[in-house]
Amino acid sequence: MHTRQLEITVGAFMAAGLVALFFLAMQVSNLASITAGEGYEVTARFDNIGGLKVRSPVSMAGVRIGRVVGISYDQSSFEAVVTLSIDPAYNQIPDDSIAKIYTSGLLGEQYVGLDPGGSLESLEQGSEVMLTQSALVLEEIIGQFLFSRAEENAISDEATAQ
Amino acid sequence: MLDALARFGRRGLESLERLGRGHLLLLQILAGLTSLVTRIGLLIAQVHSIGVRTTTIIVVSGLFVGMVLGLQGYYVLSQFAAEDSLGVMVAASLVRELGPVVTALLFAGRAGSALTAEIGLMKATEQLSGLEMMAVDPIRRILSPRFYAGFLSMPLLAALFSAVGIIGGYFVSVGLLGVDEGAFWSQMQAKIDWNEDVINGVIKSLVFGFVCSWIALFQGYDAIPTSAGVSQATTRTVVHSALAVLVLDFVLTALMFGD
Repeated sequence: MHTRQLEITVGAFMAAGLVALFFLAMQVSNLASITAGEGYEVTARFDNIGGLKVRSPVSMAGVRIGRVVGISYDQSSFEAVVTLSIDPAYNQIPDDSIAKIYTSGLLGEQYVGLDPGGSLESLEQGSEVMLTQSALVLEEIIGQFLFSRAEENAISDEATAQ
Repeated sequence: MLDALARFGRRGLESLERLGRGHLLLLQILAGLTSLVTRIGLLIAQVHSIGVRTTTIIVVSGLFVGMVLGLQGYYVLSQFAAEDSLGVMVAASLVRELGPVVTALLFAGRAGSALTAEIGLMKATEQLSGLEMMAVDPIRRILSPRFYAGFLSMPLLAALFSAVGIIGGYFVSVGLLGVDEGAFWSQMQAKIDWNEDVINGVIKSLVFGFVCSWIALFQGYDAIPTSAGVSQATTRTVVHSALAVLVLDFVLTALMFGD
């Protein structure tokens, strides 16, 4: 009887530990949201990916449909090649969709947004998104802004001089 | 001058010898797994005294650590209007660091010291030699089940600690501080990765369980068989375990999350 009680408490202990692990898996981590089969992979080339990282979300109309699984650099075209893994449930994405890199919020993380095109063909495993728009790099925009201001000033100076 | 040098050398040799004895003992303990398979009852009894009896302190500490993390995290995050990330902060710090480390420290204090005292007293009262006289290998019969029980209990205890801590953090942040419940869980789920965070935490606690049980058993087995010797060995178990856990934690963190 004593042994039996011992075994019951040990069993309860191990069950509690496993339940805790299960809780960490389902409620705390992203294990529940990982789809069973890996999604299909498409690539997209960008001039500049800014702060995009592997595992960044891919979304369409604001809904998360996949994630970035690979980022590499193509030495021949000087472009970044981003591999996107898209949930197999979303298999009706036109192949002329536009991939853009957005920033969530002003300082938030960057993600890939797909804007649908009008083609009847769909994206599938291995296809490439041809139309892309690079990330907005804040320094570049500020630089351009200052440059255009300086140019405007130069023109107005010339006008007053004449 | 030469005497001092000789003393220094003797100390070095002694500690090297200890290290060698420790590793030999570890090998013998690990080899004890073969005879443990046929006598699973020994393991169950030890999981009870090492794991089950440590559960209370783990659950209570986990709850309070999680609650404090919620309060302190809120103080910092609310300055940046980022209270919604409180769930991520609580979960990440518990799963990655505090769960395995605090569990290991509590384990060393609660179970490790008890193991050392038990083995040391068995040695002092010559129970271990008695077993040998009866042709029972004390390492296989006494030490191995305790080692494997500690090794297996640690990850379960750490998972309990993290889970209870996150629930404690949830009560404080959602119940007390008014953080949005949906944001708390959804941000957590978006940022905590199963492989990257949870599995690495489990690996950490397995390593800590291995090291803490080994240190406790070796200190007990190697204790000077007097009451003063056993008391010294118990102190050393807690000190060495704590240092080993903290140093190993740094090494493991650098390896796992370094890049």
